[in-house]
Amino acid sequence: MQVQALEGAFANAPIENAVAFRAAMNALARPGQIEKISGAKPPAPLSVAAGSLILMLCDSETPVSLSGPFETAVIRDWIIFHTGAQIVTPDKAVFAIGTWQSLAPLSQFAIGTAQYPDRSATLIVECDELKPQGATLTGPGIKDAAQLSLPETQSFQDNAKLFPLGLDFFFTTGTQVAALPRTTKVDH
Amino acid sequence: MYVAVKGGERAIDNAHAWLAEERRGDTSIAELSIEQIREQLSLAVNRVMAEGSLYDPDLAALAIKQSRGDLIEAIFLIRAYRTTLPRFGSSEPVKTEEMACDRRISATFKDAPGGQVLGPTFDYTHRLLDFKLAAESDPQADAETAKPRREPTPHIMEFLNTEGLIQTEIACEDTPPDLTREPMELPSNRALRLQSLARGDEGFVLGMAYSTQRGYARNHAFVGELRIGAVPVEMEIAELGFAIEIGEMTLTECETVNQFQGSKTEPPQFTRGYGLVFGQSERKAISVALVDRALRWKELGESDSGAAAQDEEFVLSHCDNIQATGFLEHIKLPHYVDFQSELELVRKLRREAAETYPMQEAAE
Amino acid sequence: MTDYNFAYLDEQTKRMIRRAILKGLAIPGYQVPFASREMPMPYGWGTGGVQVSAATLTPDDTLKVIDQGADDTTNAVSIRKFFEVTAGVTTTENTTEASVIQTRHRIPEAELRDDQILVYQVPIPEPLRFLEPRETETRKMHALEEYGLMHVKLYEDISQHGAIATSYAYPVKVEGRYVMDPSPIPKFDNPKLEMSAIQLFGAGREQRIYALPPYTKVESLDFEDYPFEATKADHACDMCGAENSYLDEVIMDDQGSRMFVCSDTDFCAGRQQAGHLGALAAVNAEDAA
Repeated sequence: MQVQALEGAFANAPIENAVAFRAAMNALARPGQIEKISGAKPPAPLSVAAGSLILMLCDSETPVSLSGPFETAVIRDWIIFHTGAQIVTPDKAVFAIGTWQSLAPLSQFAIGTAQYPDRSATLIVECDELKPQGATLTGPGIKDAAQLSLPETQSFQDNAKLFPLGLDFFFTTGTQVAALPRTTKVDH
Repeated sequence: MYVAVKGGERAIDNAHAWLAEERRGDTSIAELSIEQIREQLSLAVNRVMAEGSLYDPDLAALAIKQSRGDLIEAIFLIRAYRTTLPRFGSSEPVKTEEMACDRRISATFKDAPGGQVLGPTFDYTHRLLDFKLAAESDPQADAETAKPRREPTPHIMEFLNTEGLIQTEIACEDTPPDLTREPMELPSNRALRLQSLARGDEGFVLGMAYSTQRGYARNHAFVGELRIGAVPVEMEIAELGFAIEIGEMTLTECETVNQFQGSKTEPPQFTRGYGLVFGQSERKAISVALVDRALRWKELGESDSGAAAQDEEFVLSHCDNIQATGFLEHIKLPHYVDFQSELELVRKLRREAAETYPMQEAAE
Repeated sequence: MTDYNFAYLDEQTKRMIRRAILKGLAIPGYQVPFASREMPMPYGWGTGGVQVSAATLTPDDTLKVIDQGADDTTNAVSIRKFFEVTAGVTTTENTTEASVIQTRHRIPEAELRDDQILVYQVPIPEPLRFLEPRETETRKMHALEEYGLMHVKLYEDISQHGAIATSYAYPVKVEGRYVMDPSPIPKFDNPKLEMSAIQLFGAGREQRIYALPPYTKVESLDFEDYPFEATKADHACDMCGAENSYLDEVIMDDQGSRMFVCSDTDFCAGRQQAGHLGALAAVNAEDAA
């Protein structure tokens, strides 16, 4: 295991977890709103935001799948060492990390069951940038409408049709996070 | 003049101070020590360990002292403490056939290899108050006891199994779910049921078991074997790559033999109920075994007679005394906002009824 | 200081609760099962709300705790003290100063802002429980969106009493999908469930967490010819004169004479300080003089 994998955890876990959670919760409760999240120093190319989400949310009860540029030994070791999560194939993942391209097809992830719609995967999508412009979002958490730079619209429209089943998304770049739960309606 | 009730904090502090005073009682009487409780009220200690799901006689004794002997309160103290403890790992399954038995009886055979060992039981005591105890007499002379068997004592049920007369329990390598770490999911499974019953309220489980004896999901049970004694607890240490003994605990295990008529697919054979509880807790272990057997109706192809003891959701949702007592006692908390809304509603409905049926009221 | 972790719960437990809260926000009104822990206060006394608050609080938060709308009821005092000791957070009785508000049975009168979080203590999270006691059945009913039983119950009320005979814990439908129990708030509070703040619901003993993101559509169940009505005592507050707040009825003397006063103690005190006086406040002032 490389030394890199042993470093980069939260310096004060109870406090940093709490602060990171509030950022993630605000993002998910207000789709489109871009929040600051930091504290983790994960190995590249994992962003600070994605690393902080992983430290705050993942443990031995949440299998994680990695794809694309994030499927590296160092990132794998970093996640296992700091969270105890198992690295698994996409169909078994509770959290999945990748770029929009590497996460496709979305149909490989669990969307929950009619009795347990919560047994679904949450995708952490690493982006080049996040801007409050682009697709128009409406639905719970949004007063009138919000704008967010999404990689596309069709997949999110299809996902919303599955409600109450479906996937939930966090978008990360640098120290920024935004989110899109299954309830959000997306338009061009 | 109206003054809003203030000073909740002071009221609470004063109540706590008074409680502490009541707990201590008359200070001219010597204070109880934890050791005294542990040694002389050991069955209460055992119950608190069993239902608190924490094997620690000293902490259980402390909880009994702190709770003024209210065992459910003591169990609550232990449970609340237990949740804060870090988990280092899981032990290997204990091997009860290796138990050093203090007590081991079978109702189904007159004798069996390993023998019948009566042990320290109330069973044949005459329930006459012993006033010598009130006089705090000298300790009695040591009882003449044989040393507990150190060699493995075979399970009596296995003798029936060699003839194929009793249903075989399939060994399972899966790690059982942990009721205290995962939310209860219904329908449940046997491992979770046994776990839930083992920490369930002794009185509740006893009542359920008794109801099966009286015909509610009747399933006549024989105590195939009841054994009490110490078993070693082993844990695999990842760094070592093998299991080492980390301690010893006293357990009570009960296996019942129940008749079974056979079904379309199975020839007639006996079936089992099972109970395993911390400490010497034999009433509890037998009760668990009876309720376990009643809950197995589906698996054994029996019919649902609609009895409470056959109803997994009913039994598991209500056997935990900490959940039950919390919710029961919470109705002491203020509910005046809800009550006010009911008041308004009843007044409104009565007013409307009076307007709708004025003649009727006049006639009455 | 305390030997326990920040906000009492260990990090693993908080992580599990936080995941449940996020799922709850993603599926508004759906009850997410969570492995509720035994807390150092009894089940039924707010263990669900306390666990949700513990997983939500940061050291920068200002916490307000109310029970029946009041900051000074004993259980509110006890829970507030618990977090002062275990999380070291600032506490307040002032609704507008609070960033996290834990409540039992009320929604504050003051409109909540988008930087506030309201945490409800929930005794029985399942709105269908009193119609169907089995979890295995109610879970299926939610899955199939089979809420006929609830409408039948409400309709039977109307045929028997001429009105819907539910005055608190009045069921709502969230975003046209899940029927949800808003916890035992009086139905007067139901219209406030559509708000700018995040609302989190914790049921400890029943091991469920659910949530409403801001601006989520929340409709109280009703019928076209018997529309939902948010009712309160037909009085003004005798202390602050408010005509639009939920009122407690207080018995004044052995003859049973009554007065009405705001259940939201902070709201009432604020109005009195601002010079609003109710019918009996004037009498009080004279008494004092």
